[in-house]
Amino acid sequence: MRKIEIDPITRLEGHGKIDIFLDDNGEVADCFFIVPELRGFEAFCVGRPVEDMPRITSRICGVCSEAHHIAAAKACDDIYHVEIPPTARKLRELMYNAFFVGDHTTHFYILGGPDFVMGPEAPPAERNILGMIHKLGVDTGKVVIGARAAAHAIVKILGGKTIHMVTSIPGGVTKGLTEEERLEVVEHAKQLLEFSKFTLQILDDVVLTNQEYLDLILSDTYTHRFHSMGTVDENGHVNFYDGLVRVVDTEGAEIVKYHPRDYLDHVAEHVEPWSYLKFPFLKAKGWTGFTDGVDSGVYRASPLSRLNAATGMATPLAQEQYERYFKTLTGDPTGNTPVHQTLATHWARVVELVYAAERTMELALDEEITNPDIRTIPTETPTEGIGSVEAPRGTLTHHYVTDERGVLQKVNLIVGTTNNHASISMSIKKAAQGLIHKGVDVTEGVLNKIEMAFRAYDPCFACATHSLPGQMPIVVRIRDVDGTVLSETTRD
Amino acid sequence: MSTKPKLALYWAASCGGCEIAVLDIKEKILDVDAFFDIVFWPVAVDFKVKDVEAMADGEIDLCLFNGAVRTSDNKYMAELLRRKSKILVAFGSCACEGCIPALSNTTTKKATMDWAFADSPSTVNPDRIMPQTRTETPVGVLELPEFWETVCSLDQVTDVDYFVPGCPPQAHQIWAVLETVIDIMENNKPLPPKGTILGAGEKTCCDECPRTREEKTIKGFVRIHEVIPDPDKCLLDQGIVCMGPATRSGCGGLCVSVGVPCRGCYGPAPNSKDQGTKMISALASVIDSDDPEEIDRILDGIVDPVGTFYRFSMAHATLGRVAVDAASGSSESEGGS
Repeated sequence: MRKIEIDPITRLEGHGKIDIFLDDNGEVADCFFIVPELRGFEAFCVGRPVEDMPRITSRICGVCSEAHHIAAAKACDDIYHVEIPPTARKLRELMYNAFFVGDHTTHFYILGGPDFVMGPEAPPAERNILGMIHKLGVDTGKVVIGARAAAHAIVKILGGKTIHMVTSIPGGVTKGLTEEERLEVVEHAKQLLEFSKFTLQILDDVVLTNQEYLDLILSDTYTHRFHSMGTVDENGHVNFYDGLVRVVDTEGAEIVKYHPRDYLDHVAEHVEPWSYLKFPFLKAKGWTGFTDGVDSGVYRASPLSRLNAATGMATPLAQEQYERYFKTLTGDPTGNTPVHQTLATHWARVVELVYAAERTMELALDEEITNPDIRTIPTETPTEGIGSVEAPRGTLTHHYVTDERGVLQKVNLIVGTTNNHASISMSIKKAAQGLIHKGVDVTEGVLNKIEMAFRAYDPCFACATHSLPGQMPIVVRIRDVDGTVLSETTRD
Repeated sequence: MSTKPKLALYWAASCGGCEIAVLDIKEKILDVDAFFDIVFWPVAVDFKVKDVEAMADGEIDLCLFNGAVRTSDNKYMAELLRRKSKILVAFGSCACEGCIPALSNTTTKKATMDWAFADSPSTVNPDRIMPQTRTETPVGVLELPEFWETVCSLDQVTDVDYFVPGCPPQAHQIWAVLETVIDIMENNKPLPPKGTILGAGEKTCCDECPRTREEKTIKGFVRIHEVIPDPDKCLLDQGIVCMGPATRSGCGGLCVSVGVPCRGCYGPAPNSKDQGTKMISALASVIDSDDPEEIDRILDGIVDPVGTFYRFSMAHATLGRVAVDAASGSSESEGGS
């Protein structure tokens, strides 16, 4: 038995390592994706005042702090049994969709994009955002920087800060929108809309017109049949801010549609002794181990699964792109036939980016958006509450129990990336099995292709483990059974 | 071989917000790239620890280190980058003060593990299987690192030259720091004294607050969701606990400008080491009562004094971490103050 270690994996948010074990024939006998960190927000939030949770839990992740801020605020509303004013809800949703554009941009251009723009086996020194700017031109780089700035400007206007915003509290938001500010938001939203079209063009030019990439996306090595989870509105359309959680099976049939408050009836978490991160599964199927298919309990919660779980998009250009996406990948533009190619998640992310930009503009033009009625003072005794949103990386649930003063007694979090822990593990293993065989030279490029299996999920192990340690380079050591290093390959 | 000054950026136990904050200097990042050789920046560039290890001591001109220190890996990187860098900067609240992660010092590792892996309501683990540092499997042994009981700031594990506070440091402050450093390096100007706090002000957050202050006479505290505060008056005057008086200026008064009290992310006010005691003395001078019982009743309105006064500075709190039950088997041996 030989072991290949990839420690740590890179171009993602957070820390993970991969241990690949080879049998005597040089084939992959088993493969483990290991998350070696834990920070434990649940434990240290006990004793804190619940109204501060949107400001505390945003520090779980500085990349998607908005998702934790809003999920926490919704849990606070629920704790105090308060309905927030319609304008407060719209302001939160406006901020949230602007954030989504920025976050999906970060992944598409900085984390995931280099694999396609530069090529999966390009030298690591070029396979990054700086290499991309050199290849696509400084002007393109400035368009991307400008779009992120526009998204962050909207977040700052509404949230008070661009990172770790502060304005959502139990019962609403502390900051409204003046007409002058609204006009500013509209200008930024225009830029985001243009940018979403620019990104569609990049996707076309770089990926969809490249047969080699299409073959890679459609290959069995990157395909798994998992169930799909996503939040939908009353029309069954994708919604990031609010709705019911819908889960469809591998064939597209609905397994369940539930209110986020009932999450404990539908999702549970399995523990393995070799990882600090748990493995959520569907209770309807049970924990079936690392298996896929219709009887498995493993599901995905990602841009790919959100499009599978929904029946369409709520805005026109996004709907057009939704139909094109499904027609190309399944032949069925309705979206009733799920997509199972993991690498198609990049494309699904762009469809979502278009929706987020369109929704940002819709809300900026909403005539109620400058209404000053943005707070409801809670009057009921706080008890227990659950708040949920679609984070960029999957369904995010915050669950709090307080005493009668609103001081936290219990906190439970199931975050976006964690939902995908089992599916990510299996995607990595299948890629390893498809790419490593006897006689294959395990180059840095081959290892990067294994990493592409998780990178499609845009995993955030800062969120998942509530910790974000540093990243290290890949070092691959092939050892014999006694642990003697037979060969070593380093990424450079 | 480039002769440009060498810049390293690293994250230890952090949320990634400091990385995003650096990107928020927008197109100025291209100026940074033009002046410096970025020799290490794991979030964006694939350089390796091995590359850093291969450098001569002091070869890196400037290292911005963000994140708290909680594992031996974090400590190893802190010491390595200290050795390789002429200037080591504790960048952001985690590296400066421990920040939100250091609230973990109010609980224990055992409590954290028990809840996460056995007792939380979504977890199905009847046999209470806990993550192990070594797990035997049919194909081989899997290993996990052990994490520390206590969260530390950077200066608690290695020697730090400068501090840039904030959660995260604001983009305009980051650029101001980088611009100053570039000017010093380009024109051979003297460095500021060691230990200087960069990218922040020399007053308190109150100094940047747009709200008007009167003589404070607090008869009771209220919480932010319980009232709609007057938009122009000092929040503390209105009985809302605001850390402004105990917090260094530098953010521009962001939170207080949008109707939300300061929680102290820019760290202790100048000439004060302990943010919590500074806040307590600030409160003592504004509570409008001489009757001990009434004072107790008024202070009772602050539901979480430790977690509020030390929200961002628990690693440096003079009160230390909560006691770790000896019976739990947890240890305090890994470092920390």
